Formats: sequence, structure tokens, C-alpha cells
Amino acid sequence: MALHTSIARCNARVGRASAARVAVKPQYVRGAAQVVAAKKKEVMMWEALREATDEEMERDPTVCVMGEDVGHYGGSYKVTYDLYKKYGDMRVLDTPICENGFMGMGIGAAMTGLRPIVEGMNMGFLLLAFNQISNNCGMLHYTSGGQFKVPVVIRGPGGVGRQLGAEHSQRLESYFQSIPGVQLVAVSTVANAKALLKSAIRSDNPIIFFEHVLLYNIKGETHDGDYCQSLERAEMVREGTDVSIFTYSRMRYVVMQAVAELEKKGYNPEVIDLISLKPFDMETISKSIKKTRKALIVEECMKTGGIGASLSAVINESLFDELDHQVLRLSSQDVPTAYAYELEAATIVQPSQVVDAVEKMCSKVAVAV
Amino acid sequence: MLRSMLSAHLRCSSPAQLAFGSLQVVKQLQRQLSSASTAPAAATAALGETNIQDPADTLEFPGGRVPFTNGLNFLGGPLTPSSPRIPCYRTLDGTGRHIPDAAVPHDLQQPEAVSLYKAMAKLQVMDTICYDAQRQGRFSFFMTCAGEEATVVGSAAGLDPRDVVFSQYREHGVLLWRGFSFDDFANQLYGNSLEPGKGRQMPIHYGSKELHYQTVSSPLATQLPHAAGAAYAMKLDGADTVTAAYFGEGASSEGDFHAALNFAATLGAPCLFICRNNGYAISTPANEQYAGDGIAC
Repeated sequence: MALHTSIARCNARVGRASAARVAVKPQYVRGAAQVVAAKKKEVMMWEALREATDEEMERDPTVCVMGEDVGHYGGSYKVTYDLYKKYGDMRVLDTPICENGFMGMGIGAAMTGLRPIVEGMNMGFLLLAFNQISNNCGMLHYTSGGQFKVPVVIRGPGGVGRQLGAEHSQRLESYFQSIPGVQLVAVSTVANAKALLKSAIRSDNPIIFFEHVLLYNIKGETHDGDYCQSLERAEMVREGTDVSIFTYSRMRYVVMQAVAELEKKGYNPEVIDLISLKPFDMETISKSIKKTRKALIVEECMKTGGIGASLSAVINESLFDELDHQVLRLSSQDVPTAYAYELEAATIVQPSQVVDAVEKMCSKVAVAV
Repeated sequence: MLRSMLSAHLRCSSPAQLAFGSLQVVKQLQRQLSSASTAPAAATAALGETNIQDPADTLEFPGGRVPFTNGLNFLGGPLTPSSPRIPCYRTLDGTGRHIPDAAVPHDLQQPEAVSLYKAMAKLQVMDTICYDAQRQGRFSFFMTCAGEEATVVGSAAGLDPRDVVFSQYREHGVLLWRGFSFDDFANQLYGNSLEPGKGRQMPIHYGSKELHYQTVSSPLATQLPHAAGAAYAMKLDGADTVTAAYFGEGASSEGDFHAALNFAATLGAPCLFICRNNGYAISTPANEQYAGDGIAC
């Protein structure tokens, strides 16, 4: 795929972010006999996303934000809180309620020099913008023979929340993944949220940037300075040997909850956060599978046509001889997400299912020939 | 309107006529729009005469005859001298007193007036309690219709009970009027097994086939094309009912709104579109939502 990477665009060092808790950095005070540990400020994910947006808007006057209630209201999850005070009502634009309209508007602005960040109040509403995203956003760079680029970032809260009902619990990554010409990125930690949003804004490609509705208030530290993270690299969450668990977004935390239990039972799973849902980081994925020889995919989108379905097919095609067990996929049920608490919990993947899957995979021992 | 002038030109007999006419229109419009907005009145001087030519000389067009003009004028819009704003109909003044000459085609008798008032009062009490319950975390979501009780109850009372309602999310007054009980509302809000939706939809997304109230769907304005379609079905059936579609002024920005109205108009479908314009869509005021008098025609 001839997509430019964001690496060339970033003027800061790019590398794999460690997803584990960031180590406390020692600060050496000249002349002092002791090392004083300096703790960085912990912020919530929405604040980290806001910092990224603010920094990029300050750095580049062509960056702007548009969406419903992003200005004076600050955004449905406060990602653009008070930015209108600094950048004005036109650069942090409250649009009328027409997703297909403002998506088209963002694409037109992007083709003629701006770098818009288009916010969907909920990812599910961007289904109304599907035509603009698929027919125009993804296609125009190609159909114009490369003359026009569409440097938009399409972002918003998605995923299954707490009893928000079917239309507010959509996982659009599965619908968008087939669109040629777009890149899909899913954030999961405070650190990668900020670093990835910065990269996405600087990228000349259209990026669909998936945040999760239940992760906005998680706390963590961001990277120092102008740190940008590669949009095409997966993150190693936990190195292991028994099985490669591929996951993304909130399911990373569901998997790590299961891992806590699996560790007690003596298993040593490797956990990889995909980050880049399109294109897949096949280098990281294949390296892991060659090591563990077993692949488990844990995702929140539906079973049918989900990210896992694509990844499973790719793994089977390219790494068949490296596998000792068929690829297992844990996905949501193919039903609309119900509102009732028990029904909702039954449609999405729970940690106990991850534990069961790993036990099932690892109990089959390959007979050496 | 500009569009109809352009389309009239597009059907002229010769390509030369078409090209020349379109050029005049576009050049004039471009000049007017890009000139300083400080002097709109000066910019709207008409070119040429405005009187209609020979009334017998018309353009035959699907949809009717189009008269010709040799004047170049833009009708309506921000550049022309403003026509009076679409007024707001009322029969009671600000103190609640009946205005003497107000037109009241369907007179209200006291028993009916009392039922309407009772429903509005019940609605307001229910809203207050449910809003507090939601803030206490008893269920995830609630929307009141504070200030709009009369809109929903009054319009519901004007409909036939068999008229099918497609609502947005702030019209539970219609359901209350039609007979949805407090228990029914509570069951839906809690998403338990007693409600028709079987706990599948989030709070305030009521639905009742029995009361001809279609289940609410979250994305805005998606119910409007449904309403046009249901009205079309009624027309084919020769039914004596109508559909009533409710929405807010924010939802009228959606593409589905314009499409639905266009469909209902071209199909001649018996659909009533009721817009509750409360001036705000979450935080976006109406003057940022649309440029015009309102969602009215």
C-alpha cells in the first residue's frame, strides 16, 4: 500500500510507545547529593486529546475543528473545551446538525488547504456521513491522480458504553475498514491518545480516529514535548510466550484483566494492542505469532465482518505454517446492543471469555514431528 | 427564486440563449455576493424592466407554465429588501388572556380544555420526577419537554388516535395523551421485561404499536422519511388517517428533513411535519443552525 507514513512528517522522535506504566523519571539536581524523582502530571484522556488538538492548532494555522457543539459547549466529551476562546468561533466551528453536510464541508476544506478535525458527537452518527467518507474522503486522492489530498482527521467517541442503547454503541471500524484510501487508528491509553492524535493531524492521509466512550476519564501521563507516535505501528502491551492476543481500544483493558487471572494460573500470554486497524502492523503481528504459534483476537466489534475477521484471514493466509492452533476470535454478538444491563453485558466480550479461550488454546500441546 | 430562473433558462430554445442568460445571472450574483455586505440595498438595483412579458407567451414545463421576464432580479434571500418575517400565530396574550379577534376555528369546550390541562400538568410532574431520578443514576438517560407541554399535548389532541406518530424524543406528551400510563413510562425507562421494547432501547425511546407511536430511533431526523413513507402507504391504502412527524429545529438541518419534505410533496402524501423550535440544539442557538425565519413555510 502506497500510503505515506506519518514518520516523515513528525519532527520528533518516533518509536514504539511502551504501554506499560511510564517509569518515574529521576531528575538530577546539580550539586545535590541525592536523586530527586520528578513525577509528571497525570491527565485524563480527554485532556490529553485536548492538549494534542491545542498544540497542533497553535503550531499550524491551517488546523481547525468542526462538529456539533464543539465550540461553546466544548464537545460532548470536552475534548475541545474552551478552545474556541483561544482560536475563535470559525476555527472551532459549531456546525448545524448535518453529519453528511459537515463531513463534506471538511473534505472540501481539506482539499483546498485546511487540515480539519471533524468530530462526530458519537461515532454512530457518522453513518450519516458514510457517503462522504467512502465516496469522497477515501477516494479523491486516488481519483484525482494524486492532485488533491484530503488531510482530515475524523474522530469521535465510539464503542459500547454503559447502557447507551444500540444507536449510541456502534463500532464503525468494521464498516469503515473496507473503504480504500482511509487509515484507521484506535487509541487506548492517555499516552498513545495524545501522541497518535498529533500524528494524525500532521498526516496528509484521511485518518479515522477511534476513541472509546468509556476511556475518556482514564488517567495517565503523556509523553514529553512534541512526541508523535507512528500511526502504523502496534504497541507491545505485555511480552509473553504462550499465545499472542491481539486487541485494541477498550478491549485492551478487558484482556489485561483476564491476563491478571491467567498469570495466576501459570500462563504467559503476549498482548499486542493493534493501534493501526488499517493497515495492520504485520511486522509486529508476524513476529509475535512466529514466537507463540497461537493467535487470539479480542475485539468489541461484531463477529461478522469485524476487524478480527480481516485479521484472522490475513493471519491464516500469511502465517498458516506458523500456527499450532486455529485463530480464535472473541467478538461482540451479531445483535444490536441492548439497553438493559444484563443484555448489554451478554453481547460484548467479558474477561472470563478471554481466560477460557487462552486455556483452550494452550491446553492443546503440539506434537513434535 | 434563482433556481427557478436558472432552470427556466436551461429550457430555452437555443444553446446560445441558455449560455448568455446563465452568464448574466451568474455574473450578477457573483458581483452581489462578493461586494461589501455593508450596502446590500445599493447592490440590488434591478437591471432592466421587471414586468412580465406577454402572459400568453409561456414556457411549457412539467409542473406548469413558466412566464418570461426580461428583467434580471433575484427574488428573496439576504440581498433583496427584506420581506416581513413569517409571524407567529397566537390566541392568548402574554398574560394568558384571550385575544378578542383571534381566529379559533375549532372551539374548545371546558371539559376538553380541562383534560388538556390535566395532561400537561401530569406531563410536567412526570418530567420533574424522572429528571431527578436520572440525575440520581436510576437510569441512564432522560429528556424533559419543559416549556413544550402545550405543543405536544395540543397537537396530539388534534390528531385522530389512529394517526401514526413518528417522534424524535421529546414528545412523550403525545403518548401520555393517548393513554400510556406512568407505569408504562417507568417500565420503558428501566428497560425491564414489562415494556413493549423488552429492555432493548435506551430510555425515552418509547414505542407502542397499540397507540400508533413508532419506536424512537436516536439519530436525528431519520424518522422523517419514515413518516413520508408511511403516509405514502396510507395513500395507497385509501386510508383516512395521516402521519404526524415531530422534530426539533436542530434536526431540520439534517439531509433527511429536506428529503422527507420533498418526498411528501411530490408524492402528495398525507404527512404532517411538526417542528418544535425551542431556539437551541444542545448549545447551538437557532441563528447558528439556520439562516431564515424559522422552520416554517
